[in-house]
Amino acid sequence: MEPTRASRPPLTLRLTTIGFLAVWMVVAAFPLAWVAIMSFKLPLDAFSGAPLTVIFGPATLRAGLGLSLLDIVLYAVALVAAWRVGARRAARLAGTLAPGGVRPLGWCLVGFLYALGAIVVFGALLPAVLRGLDAALSAVPVLDALAVPFIGATGEHYRAVWVGHEFYRNFINSLIVTAGVVTISLSVGTLAGYALARTGSALAFWLLIGALVFRALPHSVLVAGYLPAFIGSRDWLQPAWDAPIIGSLLHLVADVPPTLYGKPWAIIFVLVSINQPFTIWMLRSFFRGVPAELDEAARVDGCSHLEAFYRVIMPVMWPGVVTAGLFSFLLAYNDYLVCALLLDAQSQTMVPAITGFFNRETTSTDQIEAVAAAVSITAPLFLLVMVFQRQIVSGLTSGAVKG
Amino acid sequence: MKPRIFLAFVMPSLALMALFIVVPLVSVFWQSFQNTQTLFHEVETENCTPGFPAAICTTEARSVPLPGPDGKPQSQTVFVGLGNYRALLHSDQVAAAFAPGGMGLSVFATIDSYRALQFTLMFTFVTLPLVIVVGLALALALNGVTQMVRGPVIFVSLLPFIITPVIGALSVRWLFASDGILTAALAHLAGHPVSLLSQAWTLEILMILFNVWHTAPFAFLIFYAGLQSLNQDTMDAATVDGASRVARLRAVVLPHLMPLIIFVALIHLMDSYRVFDEIVGFSSQAHVISLQWLTFDLLTPDNSGNRAIGRASASSMLTMVGIVILLVPLIRHTWREHRRG
Repeated sequence: MEPTRASRPPLTLRLTTIGFLAVWMVVAAFPLAWVAIMSFKLPLDAFSGAPLTVIFGPATLRAGLGLSLLDIVLYAVALVAAWRVGARRAARLAGTLAPGGVRPLGWCLVGFLYALGAIVVFGALLPAVLRGLDAALSAVPVLDALAVPFIGATGEHYRAVWVGHEFYRNFINSLIVTAGVVTISLSVGTLAGYALARTGSALAFWLLIGALVFRALPHSVLVAGYLPAFIGSRDWLQPAWDAPIIGSLLHLVADVPPTLYGKPWAIIFVLVSINQPFTIWMLRSFFRGVPAELDEAARVDGCSHLEAFYRVIMPVMWPGVVTAGLFSFLLAYNDYLVCALLLDAQSQTMVPAITGFFNRETTSTDQIEAVAAAVSITAPLFLLVMVFQRQIVSGLTSGAVKG
Repeated sequence: MKPRIFLAFVMPSLALMALFIVVPLVSVFWQSFQNTQTLFHEVETENCTPGFPAAICTTEARSVPLPGPDGKPQSQTVFVGLGNYRALLHSDQVAAAFAPGGMGLSVFATIDSYRALQFTLMFTFVTLPLVIVVGLALALALNGVTQMVRGPVIFVSLLPFIITPVIGALSVRWLFASDGILTAALAHLAGHPVSLLSQAWTLEILMILFNVWHTAPFAFLIFYAGLQSLNQDTMDAATVDGASRVARLRAVVLPHLMPLIIFVALIHLMDSYRVFDEIVGFSSQAHVISLQWLTFDLLTPDNSGNRAIGRASASSMLTMVGIVILLVPLIRHTWREHRRG
């Protein structure tokens, strides 16, 4: 419908609106974009006060680290190709590769292969090919202009962070923690969310209110409770190991009770529980969108509650589950406080580990390496927004708008 | 659904929350009245240096951790009543300050827990209106432009929201560090060198701006979704009745969004009261600290490896009392709405 004359905004208002949005886009993206640019430059360029110096990186270029027009075009083509391959093939590949037909596992496998492929192509293959191409092209009279590096860029800080400082260890710890949190949080949370959506009892109401109060708790409060128990867990778990039957079972797992402090798998349960109030609220609102007639029909056909949940409701709930999973992932991935206090240096996840970088910050190279580590942590989140934008928005608004 | 089956479904979730939220809370409450100390004993050591005619010997008394039967340092937990709370709030200093001839109100600026409380409350109540106004303005602006640009705007807006808070704060800090690009720009504008990370008030402004940058997208998306369900007929009727743009906004749009504004305010109140990542990201602990950072700091081992668990628990309990007081008006409001609607 065409807006009527009266409802059409006047020109000044329209210009202000567009200007405001444009300013917001710049403000929203600038810090991240700028830090990403800095991470590819040598310190002399990165910490220059002149913006153009930071962008074009003359000192980096003088050091022989630069990209030519040809390089940039080829990198861009490769990026677009990688994106399209991912968008088109990933779903089908996940279906065929899924071990035992479990699709989530198939997705994990595809994601892993994709990341591996990206590292090989962008980290090793493309630079080598481009070096050869540039060398070959610079011998040709007219085309050599394409092969002359004009913008300074280097990936050496990333190499230093990931290989030199063994950041991949922190990455693996983060991977363990986030994967565990998402899996457990969803399996426990879907059951509770479903039950809460299908009942109007007073107990359910108080449970939800209790969850709301728990959500407001500062995490440091809980960590103050965990810390002594985690450090001294060997002592208070000992009776369980000494107990007659349970003890012999536990001895099969470990000879002595574990010290929970510094164990990523112990963190998983902490983060799942902290996140549980939020997860059940969100999943409940998604389950309320699934008509109750569906499980009644399944019940009439002879399913138990659990079967109805598993065979009938879950298959139509995937979008909601993906969304709730995303938010669980974000909580676990972004956590600083819990991981910093309950994990030690060997088992640290990525976000707390970065404080190690910027506390060391003595030389400007150290600083740029901290910047590269920060960008490395942000890159997966950027991909996440690109792939799951719709799910994130629906997750944010579902709880609020539907009530 | 029968109560028995309902319980079976929620049991795993309930058990996790009971074990990892309720039990720690009870234990924090208990710990806050206790103090764990490493036991020390005095050891006299005699150091002799060769000399003539006799060696020169000095004895000095040092206190060293008392080894237990297993050779490890022994520790002892004692019930101290409100001792931890007193230590945290420095009640003696405060009492002295308000005695005749004391330093009066300015005593609060010297004690960490009051500084943390003051910053946390200031931060919460300054960011709250800013986030709501910016979110509302963005939602209204996006609602007024063509469909085509909405997707990209939402995509870009999600970036500050989804980024790890510590990393986001770090990124902003790098821009404003002494050799950061925006510091250079500000110095150029001001005509003299500026340093934003070395005094409290500039750090506080940066942290507030960062928080608005980080949380406004959340408010924005929720308000934007709310605007989509705005009844167009009411708007048209208001237009026909001659209501101006501002009048329509006040009489139609804002009442429609009110439940969402309250929802966002509730969530933001909870989250900004927990302000912590900003302190870490900006490394502002020398100038600005928050309540949650105070607990974190007490839980971090000090130079001799001891953690002040008792005092951290006391500070946790006080933080919790604060959030309860803050939330009561909002919860009462929602409760009344719930009963009326």
